[in-house]
Amino acid sequence: MKLFRRRFSFWAVFKSMSLVTKMCFSWLFVLALAAIFADLIPGLDDPNYQAWLFDTTGKELRNDTPSWNHLLGTDVNGRDILARLIYGARVSLAVVASGVSCGVIFGGLFGSFVGYVRGKREAAVMAAIDVVLAFPGLVLLLTIITFVGSRDLKVLCIIIGVLSIPVYTRVARANALTISRREFVAAAEALGTRQRTILVKEIVPNVLPTVLAYALVAAAVLVALEGALAFLGLSVESPAPSWGNMINLARADLRVTIWPAVWPSLALVFTVFSLNNVGDFIRQRAQKRAAAI
Amino acid sequence: MLKMLAARFVRLIATLLAVSFLTFFLVNTLPGDPINALIPPDAQQDREFVEQLREEYGLNDPFIVRYGSWLGDAINGDLGRSVITDQLVTDEIKHRIPVTAELAVVSIGIALLLAIPLGVTAGYRQGSRVDQSISAMAQFLLSIPSFIVGLILIYFLSIRLRWLPATGWTRLTESVTGNIKSVIMPAISLALTEIAVYTRIVRSDMINTLKETYVLSAKSKGLKDRFILFRHALRPSSLTLTTIVGLNIAGLIGGTVVIEQLFALPGLGKRLLDAIFQRDFIMVQGVTVFMACVYVVINTLVDIFYMIIDPRIRRKS
Repeated sequence: MKLFRRRFSFWAVFKSMSLVTKMCFSWLFVLALAAIFADLIPGLDDPNYQAWLFDTTGKELRNDTPSWNHLLGTDVNGRDILARLIYGARVSLAVVASGVSCGVIFGGLFGSFVGYVRGKREAAVMAAIDVVLAFPGLVLLLTIITFVGSRDLKVLCIIIGVLSIPVYTRVARANALTISRREFVAAAEALGTRQRTILVKEIVPNVLPTVLAYALVAAAVLVALEGALAFLGLSVESPAPSWGNMINLARADLRVTIWPAVWPSLALVFTVFSLNNVGDFIRQRAQKRAAAI
Repeated sequence: MLKMLAARFVRLIATLLAVSFLTFFLVNTLPGDPINALIPPDAQQDREFVEQLREEYGLNDPFIVRYGSWLGDAINGDLGRSVITDQLVTDEIKHRIPVTAELAVVSIGIALLLAIPLGVTAGYRQGSRVDQSISAMAQFLLSIPSFIVGLILIYFLSIRLRWLPATGWTRLTESVTGNIKSVIMPAISLALTEIAVYTRIVRSDMINTLKETYVLSAKSKGLKDRFILFRHALRPSSLTLTTIVGLNIAGLIGGTVVIEQLFALPGLGKRLLDAIFQRDFIMVQGVTVFMACVYVVINTLVDIFYMIIDPRIRRKS
């Protein structure tokens, strides 16, 4: 069904965003760039996060106020907060990347498949998913992380990736159910097209936009979840920075200064808000698109 | 109706079994010998001693046998003893649940109390300035993790103004005002996200209900808008709200873990975390199963309530 396929123009989409959405999108974009290219920013590659920009002597200034050398000040161990924020963004980005890609690829395909074929296979998959989703998410995550024992970022990403699959499967299945009742699917079946071809050519491409729109909202949940996990001290191990463990570290010194807690909190809130906001925008677009087919 | 209830009950039992199996499976098959958590590293080299302990905890039996005996005990209300403190897991749960339950109930209460008027106003004045600001506020609240709200509250109310204790818990039986003082900040921290969720639900519900003909007929009778809104229009929303509150319990249980840790409350979530840090596998297993079962049972109750209340579903059977 590619009757009226338009060229995708990024600028046209960007222009159609509201001011707030544009700002949110830009924040996410800058954040992703900073996280990916953190090692290339001069002065930022100091393993102790003490040197930054012009001051490379690395002298310890505990809980220092913002200055030209430390744009956002330093934390209780004299480490540059901005540098740690940027490296902490890597953890959030990795978690989101793994959750979203596992969810969209495996969950999206699974869901499309069972939603289209129905029958016993669908019942079995959905029953299994219901069991996994019967657990409060954070509790399941905590239990698994404890017993896996490793708090390596890769392991964390694998766990979050696997745990992301059920929800996406559910979303994809619900969409595949409605799409498989559409007339173009019936037409393809009447023409004797093979099931696999219908799945790949008709179901998956039409399920994908909704799943992708859901992915951004789910990404917001993941960023908040990783924040909570790190806050509990169960995400990447300190001294590796993550926004949540930066907040947790600053919590002890709340009576002395609040700034080391404020910056990572702001980063976390802005990011979750931006993902929600851009997610809403894309969902509305996907709905318009779905109404058009 | 009875048939539907029976079917729902069978599904409940099946889900509970599956949930217990998954928990047991996770705790018992993930890498890392649980025995290693119990004894110091040099004793782990002593194979004979480790074997003896494994025998004692029944870790050498086949997996399914262990699950069977654990499940049998669990049904009889015995979830085992903590490997660290030797307390009965069920005693700990009984001791800790009032704190968590109070926290959850108070936060849901606060959330509903604020979200219903906000949602009704926003839906009634759809598209207006009021609606726009309420909806924007909801989206913003949805983006603040509860532990950050908690920290903000602690900073202003405890550290700056010294109105409330930053941590700790006073039981209701000890002192009523002390109890209110210790529950208020954690409950608000948890409530803010819920306010956002409920406000959105009530708003979209209200927009749909106000299009119904019975609202028009109430209006033509000359009833006051306020009366129509809260008496007629809100009624169907109460069903959606119940469902959403039920579904949100999962998030709330996760939220209490974080918030109890932040405010050092002696609740079930804090116990779970402590057990996790001590690698107390029997406690983790017991509390996790309990939490998941509570969630499953609450959602079944919501479903049944829904069946009983909503005539459209009732009539189907």
